[in-house]
Amino acid sequence: MRPTHSGTMSKLKNKKRNLEENEDEQLPIFDKDGGKDAHLDDGDEDQGDLSDGEESVFSGLEESGSESDDEEEEEEDEEDGSEEKSSDIEENQTADGDGDDQLSAKEVIKPQTDGQNSKEEKKKKKAAGKEGGEESVASVRDSGLQISSQVDEYEHDTSDEEDIRNTVGNIPMEWYKDYPHIGYDLEGKKIFKPIRNKDELDEFLDKMENPDYWRTVQDKMTGADIRLSDEQVDLVHRLQQGKFGDVNFNEYEPAIDFFSNEVMIHPVTNRPQDKRSFIPSLIEKEKVGKLVHAIKMGWIKPRRPKETTPQYYDLWAKEDPNSILGRHKMHVPAPKMKLPGHEESYNPPPEYLLSEEERLAWEQQDPEYRKLSFLPQKFACLRAVPAYSRFIHEQFERCLDLYLCPRQRKMRVNVNPEDLIPKLPKPKDLQPFPTTQSLVYRGHSSLVRSISISPSGQWLVSGSDDCTVRFWEVSTARCLKTVEVGGAVKGVAWNPNPSICLVAVSYDDTVVLLNPGLGDRLVCTATDQLISSYEEPEEVMDQSVQWAVAEGEGHEQGHRLILKHPKAVRQVTWHGKGDYLACVMPDNGSSLQVVIHQVSKRRTQNPFRKNKGLVQCVSFHPIRPYFFVATQRYVRVYNLIKQELTKKLMANCKWISSMAIHPGGDNVICGSYDCRLAWFDLDLSTKPYKVLRHHKKALRSVAYHRHYPLFASGSDDGSVIVCHGMVYNDLLQNPLIVPVKVLKGHTITHDLGVLDVTFHPTQPWVFSSGADGTVRLFT
Amino acid sequence: MFRRIFHWQFSALVYIRVRMRLSHSIQRRLCILKGIYPHEPKHKKKVNKGSTAPRTFYLLKDIRFLLHEPIVGKFREYKIFVRKLRKAYGKAEWSGVQRMKENKPAYKLDHIIKERYPTFIDAVRDVDDALSMSFLFSTFARTGKCHVQTIQLCRRLSVEWMNYIIASRSLRKVFLSIKGIYYQAEVLGQTITWIIPYQFAHDHPTDVDYRVMATFTELYTTLLGFVNFRLYQTLNLVYPPKLDGQGEFSLKSECEEDYALESESYSEKLSALSASLARTVPLVEDEEAELDLFPAEGEDLEKMEAREKIELEQNEQKKLFEGLKLFLNREVPRESLAFVIRCFGGQVSWDKSLCIGSTYDETDETITHHIVDRPTIDKQYINRYYIQPQWVYDCVNGKILLPVEEYFLGVTLPPHLSPFVEESEGDYVPPEKLKLQALQRGEKPQAEDDEEEEEEEEEDDDDEDDQSEDEDEANLAEMEEKRAQGKSLSVKVTPGKVKPENRMRAEQEEKAEEKRLAIMMMKKKEKYLYDKIMFGKKRHVREANKLAAKRKAHDDSNKADKKKKKKKKC
Repeated sequence: MRPTHSGTMSKLKNKKRNLEENEDEQLPIFDKDGGKDAHLDDGDEDQGDLSDGEESVFSGLEESGSESDDEEEEEEDEEDGSEEKSSDIEENQTADGDGDDQLSAKEVIKPQTDGQNSKEEKKKKKAAGKEGGEESVASVRDSGLQISSQVDEYEHDTSDEEDIRNTVGNIPMEWYKDYPHIGYDLEGKKIFKPIRNKDELDEFLDKMENPDYWRTVQDKMTGADIRLSDEQVDLVHRLQQGKFGDVNFNEYEPAIDFFSNEVMIHPVTNRPQDKRSFIPSLIEKEKVGKLVHAIKMGWIKPRRPKETTPQYYDLWAKEDPNSILGRHKMHVPAPKMKLPGHEESYNPPPEYLLSEEERLAWEQQDPEYRKLSFLPQKFACLRAVPAYSRFIHEQFERCLDLYLCPRQRKMRVNVNPEDLIPKLPKPKDLQPFPTTQSLVYRGHSSLVRSISISPSGQWLVSGSDDCTVRFWEVSTARCLKTVEVGGAVKGVAWNPNPSICLVAVSYDDTVVLLNPGLGDRLVCTATDQLISSYEEPEEVMDQSVQWAVAEGEGHEQGHRLILKHPKAVRQVTWHGKGDYLACVMPDNGSSLQVVIHQVSKRRTQNPFRKNKGLVQCVSFHPIRPYFFVATQRYVRVYNLIKQELTKKLMANCKWISSMAIHPGGDNVICGSYDCRLAWFDLDLSTKPYKVLRHHKKALRSVAYHRHYPLFASGSDDGSVIVCHGMVYNDLLQNPLIVPVKVLKGHTITHDLGVLDVTFHPTQPWVFSSGADGTVRLFT
Repeated sequence: MFRRIFHWQFSALVYIRVRMRLSHSIQRRLCILKGIYPHEPKHKKKVNKGSTAPRTFYLLKDIRFLLHEPIVGKFREYKIFVRKLRKAYGKAEWSGVQRMKENKPAYKLDHIIKERYPTFIDAVRDVDDALSMSFLFSTFARTGKCHVQTIQLCRRLSVEWMNYIIASRSLRKVFLSIKGIYYQAEVLGQTITWIIPYQFAHDHPTDVDYRVMATFTELYTTLLGFVNFRLYQTLNLVYPPKLDGQGEFSLKSECEEDYALESESYSEKLSALSASLARTVPLVEDEEAELDLFPAEGEDLEKMEAREKIELEQNEQKKLFEGLKLFLNREVPRESLAFVIRCFGGQVSWDKSLCIGSTYDETDETITHHIVDRPTIDKQYINRYYIQPQWVYDCVNGKILLPVEEYFLGVTLPPHLSPFVEESEGDYVPPEKLKLQALQRGEKPQAEDDEEEEEEEEEDDDDEDDQSEDEDEANLAEMEEKRAQGKSLSVKVTPGKVKPENRMRAEQEEKAEEKRLAIMMMKKKEKYLYDKIMFGKKRHVREANKLAAKRKAHDDSNKADKKKKKKKKC
């Protein structure tokens, strides 16, 4: 045997593995001679070198003797040996087909025993030195002490030698726990458990008294107590110390190399070599032949070494413009990474470092909303800069962005903001318009709700929440007259007819017509005469409004006529001729919201039969017989002669507060509580021609100038905005609207600013009354 | 008008899965490799069955395009291969495993690169991300996260790239940030920026999907390889790179036995970046090709002149470190510094034990600058400057050799500014930048009081900005002033002064009012846009002012400290 011990072992292992694999794989090549495998092995064994049989002995050593039952295994494998012995024998005897390889292995082993004689001789010599220890081994083995020292098993059969009284076999003895017997003897009779009625006390006594108690062991198979002999105790001790069971066994004996590299004169086996070991194998020849043929035919090619490194070449050597896909033009290249700013530097200027509060704010912010994804830091030198912990994260996020983000070409609005501002004519060119505050009319102690100017432009009347009506001289801001009325004044209106000097004042549910007695005395007396010249008609009509003539103190103060309404009157307005007077009594429920009085005949009409929303204000057309009624969201235009609705203007706002009609009569402006001013061109459309949102708060009042192309709006933000609103006679040209001046002066009290605005009838002046109890004149 | 009609498919990913029977991972890889990205539909509700829930949409056209990709077949093969291999492992069929591994299906991405980047310039333009990624991967440890081959390939490609940049001298800007070192180069007219992390072991995060990164790297290495090949060709360099003959010889004598493999030591030598590369055509020293001059007129002439000027500047920048001999101490980032210095024509070396490829010793008398990053150094040679590494980077960004005084050992370094920031009008400019600009213009650095003046000037500028921007505020302030004056009048009578009528001011006010009135008349949409723009502008100004204020506060406190110290000394 030339190869060394260990060499053979490893080879053998490999071979075995191969065998198994081959069988598992069932490759077609091996299919054919699968049956011959065993034969081949036999042949090898016969030859004596690398023989499977002999090696299987060692493999048995290695693999805990699953298939061999010879003596060496017993010696070395102290744990399993005795247990497996019996089963092995049974297997040998019954030879039930466990598997092909196992069978073949056994076949291999059988003949080997003959050839192994010489070796066994040596073994025996060794064994002779050992102590016999032939006592009942079986009794000890189950309690975990296994005694392996045995004589050669080929001399006496182990099964005979074993003291088998109990035939239950190798089973857990707990199965017999509840039975009186513990198994069966050879004749099949029950073996009863020895009577053991020891209780704890007996046990203890026994422990105390019996000097051999410590070496008494119970045999589970028979249930009997066994006293261990000295040798056995010795053995137990030795095993406990991890020594060999055999006292005389020298574990450091010099190893005898049976399979050395030295070639001996005598062969290891004496078996004559097979014939087939001398003649070349036909199968191999066939196989080789096939391979040669395949190589000749070019079916088998030598394996080319694989290229692991990628090969690069000039990919763009010939750039063919035709090969560019159409979709490439549609491709949106990914935007590049954002370049870092100063704050990312390892040594940034000090102003880029975050202060303590900023840092705290940064930490509390959600990472998504942070403006900087990192905290700027300063390091004294490059050496001190640590690794950035989120580096891989950021690269990864970039990757995700590249393949998961939708790409879009966004038109960047690169507008110069100056270009967005509309080009308007300069306010300077649109003069005259009021520019500065010139007079303040002080005297009222509460908010001034309403103002009106006499047709001559000389006098101003104002009604306030302090229950007074004051008459002012426009040019000097002198209060000429104060008339007390019985409630907070809601509206005042000067009769537009210059030949009549009358002022309508509304408070609570009353409208009083006052003759202030200002100006031309002739006019005043003429007015008084006009009122007193009234003759009662024959037939008295039922009217919802009571007309009464003021007498006594009231008459001295100027009260001429008192009209009692069923509800609170909010607004009064005169017709241009000065005979008709319209009053608004906002009430959502009834149809009586607007009444028109005729002063000369002291008659009252209710023009509307049906209620169409909460009326905010009304107005007469300056020239034609039209009547404008503004409800919350719409302005309705009625023809008074035909008595029909002619137009309905949609204001596009939530709540109209005020309305004014252009003196030309074709344009209307509406102020609303949602900060809008809508300009309607009646010829154009029922929708606003223009909506201005120049006020910051609710509009309270709007007004047109009678001659100049001006209109003004007063709002809760305390400002009056004067706009140029030119209306052309040419129908094709749209009105030109240009804001020209923001007039400020009123202070805001109780969240109210300007409550009423009105223009001077001839001059480009505007009056405004405010919640601060003043009336101001802007010229 | 040309109207494009998109076919939107409801959740198109589902669509691929049904049609192609592809797993999610293969879809993802396909999308990454082919550069397919989702689209944002114009009418989200229409596409999404009336819902506005966020969802990714792909163009059906794109998905059809994916279906025709031959690589899909390869992916399938690979999937099958993995399955078979797993089975073989399970059965412990080792020979089978080996056989299968030998026949592992491989695929190439060449055609995809060609398809995605039909021209070379396209590829160069998109090489930014590829560089960042391959530099990152090349710093990974050779265990765990990805294949060792990938890491080696990334390293090889990035070294090739660096060598190319050195050979072409196309580096423009460098920036030391807290994240890593940014480099910007100009290659074939394209500015390319990449970032390299500092040399530390990575703490691999758990919430990063390395498969996505690996797929990207696969694509990027292919792209970078081809780009490198072509770039080397344009410079007549040998690809794969080879060291120049003499350099090779000199290196060979040293420390050959440290490396097990010849190839390994060679690649290390390449990555040392200290030797120049071999060329296919020997380099002619003076090859400054004169531009052919065409007679140009008017604007063209101006443009030409400007271009020439820029070119001249660039040429000068390229030779920034020429004639300097630098030595790196062992604590400075060797690779980065060697790369930068060599890019600008300097000579660089380091300690022999630090890395392969050092060309001269510390004791060399001709060394002009010694780069050290520690407070003091024991043994100093007289005839060289000991400076901190920031000097090199600041010089590159400033395009001039900065005075070394501020960078000596133990000196507090001046701030390192980002070269990528280009301040437009109204932006905050740090005073250091102003100083640098002055230096570039050739003005001599002056004493400290000058600085202060500068700062003051700057503040004035800011004030002016404020005025021009916030006219309203100015007006209001004036009103208040007026009011205040009125009040004072009411309290006491002072001799009347002729208030000089400020005509300019009045005019300005008038204009401002006009503007305000015109703004009133703006349409709603335009008003919104205008407000937005103005808001952005104001915020910009506010930020700039804040920075300026912070700087001022800092400087003031610094001055106060200095004064205190002086007093103490007295």
